[in-house]
Amino acid sequence: MTTTDATGVAAAHEDVRSPLREFWRKFRRNRTAMAAGLCLLLLAVAAVAAPWIAPYDPAAFDYDRILEGPSVDHWVGTDAYGRDILSRILWGARISLSVGLLSVLLGGVAGVALGLVAGFRGGWIDSLIMRICDVLLAFPGILLAIGIVAILGPGIDNVIYAVAIFSVPVFARLVRGSTLALKRAVYVDAARAIGVRDRLLMVRHILPGTLPSVIVYVSMRIGTSILTAASLSFIGLGAQPPSPEWGAMLADGRSYIGVASHVTFYPGLAIFLTVLAFNLLGDGLRDALDPKLR
Amino acid sequence: MSRSPAAAAAAAIDALTRSAGPAPSLLSVEGLSVAFAGDDGPVRVVEDLSFSVAPGETVAIVGESGSGKSVTSLSVMRLVDYAGGRIVGGRIRFTGRDGRERDLAAPSADSLTGMRGNDIAMVFQEPMTSLNPVFTIGDQIAEAVMLHQGLDRKAARAEALRMLEKVRIPEPARLLDRHPHQLSGGMRQRVMIAMALSCRPSLLIADEPTTALDVTIQAQILRLIRLLQDEMGMGVIFITHDMGVVAEVADRVVVMWRGKKVEEGPVEEIFRAPQHPYTKALLSAVPKLGALSGQDLPVRFPLLVVDDAKAGAAPPAPPVQDTVRGEAAPLLEVRDLTTRFDVRKGIFGSLKARVHAVEKVSFAVRPGETLALVGESGCGKSTTGRTIMGLQAATSGAIRFDGVDTTTLDSNGQAKLKEKIQYIFQDPFASLNPRMTVGFSIAEPMLVHDYAPAAAPGQSRRRAIEARVAELLTQVGLRPEHARRYPHEFSGGQRQRICIARALACDPKLIIADEAVAALDVSIQAQVVNLLMDLQAARGLSYLFISHDMAVVERVSHRVAVMYLGQIVEIGPRRAVFENPQHAYTRRLMAAVPVADPGRRTRDLRLLTGEIPSPIRALGDEPAVAPLVAVGPDHFVARHAIGGDF
Repeated sequence: MTTTDATGVAAAHEDVRSPLREFWRKFRRNRTAMAAGLCLLLLAVAAVAAPWIAPYDPAAFDYDRILEGPSVDHWVGTDAYGRDILSRILWGARISLSVGLLSVLLGGVAGVALGLVAGFRGGWIDSLIMRICDVLLAFPGILLAIGIVAILGPGIDNVIYAVAIFSVPVFARLVRGSTLALKRAVYVDAARAIGVRDRLLMVRHILPGTLPSVIVYVSMRIGTSILTAASLSFIGLGAQPPSPEWGAMLADGRSYIGVASHVTFYPGLAIFLTVLAFNLLGDGLRDALDPKLR
Repeated sequence: MSRSPAAAAAAAIDALTRSAGPAPSLLSVEGLSVAFAGDDGPVRVVEDLSFSVAPGETVAIVGESGSGKSVTSLSVMRLVDYAGGRIVGGRIRFTGRDGRERDLAAPSADSLTGMRGNDIAMVFQEPMTSLNPVFTIGDQIAEAVMLHQGLDRKAARAEALRMLEKVRIPEPARLLDRHPHQLSGGMRQRVMIAMALSCRPSLLIADEPTTALDVTIQAQILRLIRLLQDEMGMGVIFITHDMGVVAEVADRVVVMWRGKKVEEGPVEEIFRAPQHPYTKALLSAVPKLGALSGQDLPVRFPLLVVDDAKAGAAPPAPPVQDTVRGEAAPLLEVRDLTTRFDVRKGIFGSLKARVHAVEKVSFAVRPGETLALVGESGCGKSTTGRTIMGLQAATSGAIRFDGVDTTTLDSNGQAKLKEKIQYIFQDPFASLNPRMTVGFSIAEPMLVHDYAPAAAPGQSRRRAIEARVAELLTQVGLRPEHARRYPHEFSGGQRQRICIARALACDPKLIIADEAVAALDVSIQAQVVNLLMDLQAARGLSYLFISHDMAVVERVSHRVAVMYLGQIVEIGPRRAVFENPQHAYTRRLMAAVPVADPGRRTRDLRLLTGEIPSPIRALGDEPAVAPLVAVGPDHFVARHAIGGDF
């Protein structure tokens, strides 16, 4: 059946249904994604407010209360140096979230730009960009990140670059794919027929069309990046002690896993819930941002 | 078991009296209502619909998109359940081959799958998607035969071959082992019909079976359906929006509007004396080939307005379109334009063949003139338009616009040129960016070209552009506040109006309308055509009107160029070409157009054959280009054969 309708005239007094509103209308209905989004919002607020809401100094040793289980004083217990695990998780959220966001944004921006150019221009530029992406994608992600950190040296900044670099090819591929499809859209031809130049055509008519899938991927990718960053810290290449990075906390606690499992359990839970929330949010975004705009 | 002679005689008499008396209905739909789930509860798409079909009769259900005609056919097949609809009332009484009457609308209609495809068969609009691409034609027909007739594979295959012969497919034996993608659209539709008829149904439902086909192919399929109906004596429900097709095939007509039947009657009566205002309005909007006989200039559609079933006043006689400034130099001159596409194959992408889309085409468009480019799919008419617009690079030839040779322009000059030539595409929804407001889409050409609309004193450029957008929207019959909305909030006709507003933004001199009204419902199509003609009269615009629809072309154009296999085979004043067609292809094209007048129905049931030839040629195989010979004032025709049938 056709979507045109001889009689269904858009009523003038009805609200304007902009793409943003349509998105919000659909997204709101998805309770899981809304809950995930709310959790992440809370986490972000907690991370920003950590200096004020954390009950203890995350680096303060208390040798009288080492490896203590959850109690009224220490809600989720203390680690091998008597540091409050809850405070460390809250401070760690600052690190994990910023590593996740920054690395994906860096990698995303670069990847989107490369994918857009590759898809739109085609020819040797396309081949060159895509072959480089193939090479990068041939490495298992974590191995590539380890390699990059090994070259740049350990440290949280370098983890961000490493994770960003290994995000570039996936975004480039994603955007190149939708650019190839959108390039053939009639409205792109129509814009060309109006006289719109190539650069503007790319930015104004093609880029916005690729953004829904990019946004979905960003939210999923942040989860992966947090996980990669935590893994790098776990093997000692990322955040250095005593910084309260979640992966580093796991690494610290692993020697005591038999006697005090809560030292590894709660940072692990934080990683798990955060990554899960980003993935659920991504699923919800994908459903609401269905590229088939009606 | 052998029957006694007496019983046989009784049966024969019974059959005789049946055909003599009032025909008992094969299908009788009574008070059918169908609902679909909507955002705010169920929406009734068909309401209280009643009609009947007798054996051997063709009932056409006509209406525009959204009128519920397709839902009706799906309900009879009970396929509507799979489409998300639900029959909420009424009965569908069907008398099968076994003489038993069943209610197909009953929730537990027994042996429905047995009926479907056996007693009742259906042919769909899109023959490409209704055939399974992974099986051969033979296997697909044989499958249907085995399913319903219980034959073994070998016998089923023989039956499949017989069916293909029946639908007059040339070389049917070879076709059995082909896959659907190797067939043309017309051939695929024949295969679909062969499949539908393989079980000798007593009722055939044809849902827009020829809408996706070219006119000459459509004429073949329509004749085939009528012929087979005569042979097999089945009842046919023909769903269509095309009144020309209705006039060609129907015995009785059911007119649907907004889910309800508004009129029913014998086809001659419906056309001669329509009762309901909607039917009247619909018929007034139908382009009829030959409507402008004896008339030199184009004339607008004399539209009746239908609004909530109240008849509008008869409009005054529309003015003729006397806009051509013949003394002026041509606005657009195309000389020996050739556009070819490379066909590359193999892993190294080596050049294997070329599509000769446009071959040495020459024509001119004068200021204020509409030149129509007509032809069937693959004839190169759209490629010609796209090449002139610069959307496609020309292989050779010259295009002069307003005295400037456009092929010599640099990219800046090319961009500047686009300010004065605008393009309207077939699908208005696809040609508007769904993420931008309509206002921005209309303003974009002005922004791109730094076009400064006349500003009131003290008015900023931004305000001036906004005012201009509002003015344009009003000119095309929309409201200024529509600028804030997005394309998906409009209907098809409104969207095409938006595209026209955008085309007008920079005061163009030439508009290339590429099948601009082909996707619209007839009444909307007539309104948009009239709008285009109003704008031409007001602004002296020139149009290059690319279309496959001869009847619409007759309405709008001053001159007509007929294209075939990438070449112009006939060009001349509209009246000369339509009343005195010189080229054999032009004559065939005209003969194939279904005329919306049952009195002029083709009695000749001889089958038409022939395919539209392919413009793909091997390397070095240059096509013969036929020179045009003058046969009348300004009227030229190709005298030599150029390939295909002509």
